[in-house]
Amino acid sequence: MDPEGDTGAPVGRRIVLGMLALGALGVAVGRQASTVVANSIGAIPGVSSVLPGAGGFQIYSVVSGQPQWHPDTYRLSVSGRVGKPLSLSLPELAKLPQTHMTKDFQCVTGWRVRDVPWSGVLLSDLLTKAQADRTAAAVHFSSFDGVYTESLTMSQAHRSDMLIATHMYGEPITQEHGAPVRLVAAAMYGYKSIKWLSGITVASTVIPGYWEDDGYDVDAWVGRSNGRTDPPVV
Amino acid sequence: MAFLVIVLIITAICLYVPMVSAAVGQRQLFRQLHILAGFALPVPILVSLLFAPSRRDYSRLNRMSSTDWRWLRGPNRPAIPAGKFNGGQKLYSAVSLGWILVMFATGLMLAYNTFFADQWRAGASFVHDWLALAVVVLVAGHMYKAWEDPEARRGLRTGWVSQAWAQRHHATWAQRHQHDLSPNQSDPQMRKTLDAQNADTE
Repeated sequence: MDPEGDTGAPVGRRIVLGMLALGALGVAVGRQASTVVANSIGAIPGVSSVLPGAGGFQIYSVVSGQPQWHPDTYRLSVSGRVGKPLSLSLPELAKLPQTHMTKDFQCVTGWRVRDVPWSGVLLSDLLTKAQADRTAAAVHFSSFDGVYTESLTMSQAHRSDMLIATHMYGEPITQEHGAPVRLVAAAMYGYKSIKWLSGITVASTVIPGYWEDDGYDVDAWVGRSNGRTDPPVV
Repeated sequence: MAFLVIVLIITAICLYVPMVSAAVGQRQLFRQLHILAGFALPVPILVSLLFAPSRRDYSRLNRMSSTDWRWLRGPNRPAIPAGKFNGGQKLYSAVSLGWILVMFATGLMLAYNTFFADQWRAGASFVHDWLALAVVVLVAGHMYKAWEDPEARRGLRTGWVSQAWAQRHHATWAQRHQHDLSPNQSDPQMRKTLDAQNADTE
């Protein structure tokens, strides 16, 4: 018998084992649980920005710093197999016909943000304006972060939900969401929606993008690729 | 350990609190630091297992006596004698080991995500994210308690506490070890090799 009275049930061990069991359970059902969490507390305004997985965006960047740009010098170029190459400043982009759409944003890692309002210029409008060669097979995208790339087939690029977005939730896109211009390919997983966009190039072949080099699907339809079964974004 | 936990929390904030991560950038650096500190975290615990006094402390921490439960429930806490560790410290240390193991395992799954199916990765992310919030609250409470008791902090730093403090906070232990006083009899000190993670939670 311990004279200090440190006898009794091994509560410490039970707590540790209990937490391990809970942790394992959480890993097993976490994906489903996070959907429930996102749908319940994520609906409360403000909460989604402070709590993990509560329906908020998680921010990913593949470079270490924040990509730098200046509103006066920023240009979006449209080049490659086009009749009329473009180099558009932000005011020039703003003068083009604006399209608004509200779409869920689905990440391939599981989180989904419901009903994000975007606005900007339809990709197909830009391609038409640049007189893109419709027989070209692909459209490449590059980011001024210097690293990230993406591409779409020409027919994907002409879908009516492919947006070159400048606004999100009615405000100019914030730095972490890819300011000043990003692609929003809502029908596809988030990695297609390249941020900090600076170059659009019409080309002959699809080149797998940054993550696609690591094995993600090039045709990244939500719910029909990457082995996932999320509800499609319509 | 305290240093590693602080590094883990700060790097986590730099990575995942949107406002902070946008301001500081440097994601790859913080990611590397976070993973490094995560791997280092269990090392002090494993090393301490080599030493018999630490192992004795762990077996003390493991067992909750009826007095410990009474202490935990209160009221009249000062009148309920505690051993070397009180009920709160025992539960805190168990919960700490629990979160360290769970965070380590889920962190491993996230850091080496290519080995895990998407379902598991999403689950690990869920557990790691939510448990992280709980850990921040737990650690903040722990630091607040230590802040309140300078002598407990001195005990953590030097390994020694005064006999009067020990009588007040750990009476059973103090009485048992009255003969182990330090050579300086004018200021009776008691050796209290608390593990650094156990500030006084009284």
